[in-house]
Amino acid sequence: MHQNPHTAARPAQPLRLDSGVCVVAGDWSIEALLARAGKDARWDLRDIGRLDTIGATVLWRAWGERLPERVRLTDGQRDVFDTLARHRGEPCPPEPPTDRLGWIRAIGQAIFDAAHHGYVLLIMLGQLVLDFGAMLARPARAPWREISAQIYRTGAQALGITALVGFLIGVVLSYLSAQQLQLFGADRFIVRLLGVSIVRELGPVLAAILVAGRSGSAITAQIGVMRVTEELDAMRVMGISQSQRLILPRVVALAVTMPLLVIWTDAMALLGGMLAAQAQLGVSAEWFLKSLPDAITLTNYWIGVAKGVTFGVLIALIACHFGLRIQPNTESLGRGTTASVVTAITGVILVDALFAIVLSLLRI
Amino acid sequence: MNTAVQARLFAESELTVRPVIAVQGLRTAFGDHVVHDRLNLTVYPGEIMTLVGGSGSGKTVLLRTLLGLNPPAAGTVEVLGHPLAGLTPRERMGLSTRWGMLFQAGALFSALTVFDNVALPLRELRTIPEDLVRDVVMSRLAMVGLTAQDAGKNPSDLSGGMVKRVALARALALDPELLFLDEPTAGLDPVRSDEFVDLIRALHRQLGFTVVMVTHDLDTLLALATRVAVLAEKRVIVCDTVPEVLKVDHPFIHSFFLGERGRRALGDLAPKEPGNGKS
Repeated sequence: MHQNPHTAARPAQPLRLDSGVCVVAGDWSIEALLARAGKDARWDLRDIGRLDTIGATVLWRAWGERLPERVRLTDGQRDVFDTLARHRGEPCPPEPPTDRLGWIRAIGQAIFDAAHHGYVLLIMLGQLVLDFGAMLARPARAPWREISAQIYRTGAQALGITALVGFLIGVVLSYLSAQQLQLFGADRFIVRLLGVSIVRELGPVLAAILVAGRSGSAITAQIGVMRVTEELDAMRVMGISQSQRLILPRVVALAVTMPLLVIWTDAMALLGGMLAAQAQLGVSAEWFLKSLPDAITLTNYWIGVAKGVTFGVLIALIACHFGLRIQPNTESLGRGTTASVVTAITGVILVDALFAIVLSLLRI
Repeated sequence: MNTAVQARLFAESELTVRPVIAVQGLRTAFGDHVVHDRLNLTVYPGEIMTLVGGSGSGKTVLLRTLLGLNPPAAGTVEVLGHPLAGLTPRERMGLSTRWGMLFQAGALFSALTVFDNVALPLRELRTIPEDLVRDVVMSRLAMVGLTAQDAGKNPSDLSGGMVKRVALARALALDPELLFLDEPTAGLDPVRSDEFVDLIRALHRQLGFTVVMVTHDLDTLLALATRVAVLAEKRVIVCDTVPEVLKVDHPFIHSFFLGERGRRALGDLAPKEPGNGKS
């Protein structure tokens, strides 16, 4: 800080070097300097090597946002203070008072949002049924190319990951059950246990969760980017139905690929289970395969396939719904994709529970 | 530009010709934020109507409203003789074959090639045989100055200027009566920008469509516009030929047309009142 020659009797040297220690002492605030300098002090800033607007603001504020009457400045410094004087800036608006009942409002809003999502999904489903009817009435007009591309992307390309996860879950499940079954000497039940749980429950849910994470997010992001690039608006201007061109192909594709992926995951999980059972219990693969048809009834198999179709349609609808709601900005894209995957997985598990309740009521 | 003749032309057409676009008492709002209030606009066949206005004055919103992408809160919007409110899907479909839109960033379908992008509106009709589609697409591409080699490219491989050309070819695919342009020259370098303006002017002369255009660029405006609609204070404050617009005393018109840039672009058209240029 600039020393003022007029002040007498300094209490302590503000800056001194004491055997290698740089000692800083005294009152270093500019107010202290002002108090010592007095209001009618003369200021000379010409020795300052460099003055930026932040440094100048320190002086400026201490001066009460105006230049003192007697001040010596270089032209450059005068420009800096002129800039400060011209761009005073409005005072920051006070922070809005925190809403004590905000959490209640948030809960209410969440309920309304959820209801709105459900309402829009229902409309989409209705439109989808109409479009599907129109497609069956005039198969030549259906977007076959788009459907086949989606089947390849959501089905064929998902074979690897579903196989890996299915196989590993089969191995884990088989090991765990084998340990318990050995306690009771009920080794032979391993086939029935694995068969029913995998074909009826685990296979469909596992495949659905993987597809929701893999294809659901891809669909949402793809449609969302189309919003960002105005492709969705271009479609509307050109009179191309989004429902027919975007939603229908994806729903049909997932309705076709999901049951196939379910069967594929089932097979892989049973393979893993079989190998693990052979290693742990000494159940021969031959015997395992031979008793599999007795363990899994055809009903269980069809339930798994039906779940596959339902989950596929559900995932595609939810993914398209969140994709179409994305606003043209990056944050919305990320949030939409997350919401899509989370909602799809939750939806799959909810519908699975619904299946369980309905089937137990029907005693199947 | 013979402005006197033009002015008389529009005075006459007001009585005899059915407007292409008639907007009355339009109100657009997003939540509490009112963008347009009691906005009126009439566009006659064959003219190039240019919408100008400050940032946030709702030019693009108005364009989107005219295309039926933003439902208005109140007022009527009539395009090509159809009120946009309460269109049946079939009517909407019919309308969409009679207009074309050039989006600011092109909005080409990234999954489709250049050829398929331009072919899409034709194929969507489902009545045109494929060999005719091919001929029409190639002629459209030639019209906007693209070669057969460009037809197979993906939109991601194109430069900004080429994207605009392909988008224009797609907008013109069905020989529209009405063409909407959103910032046609934004993001183009001055040479490309001039070329694009020449292209639009030539096509307008040959094909005789009506144009509604939003632009910030004075050069584009002066080169193309037959009439200018100035958006301010949530409505169209004046809608007339450039010399008539210049007579209106409004802060936006002053800063937009009579600033330093404006005077340079206007040249002889600029009113002679030195010292009143920049506020």
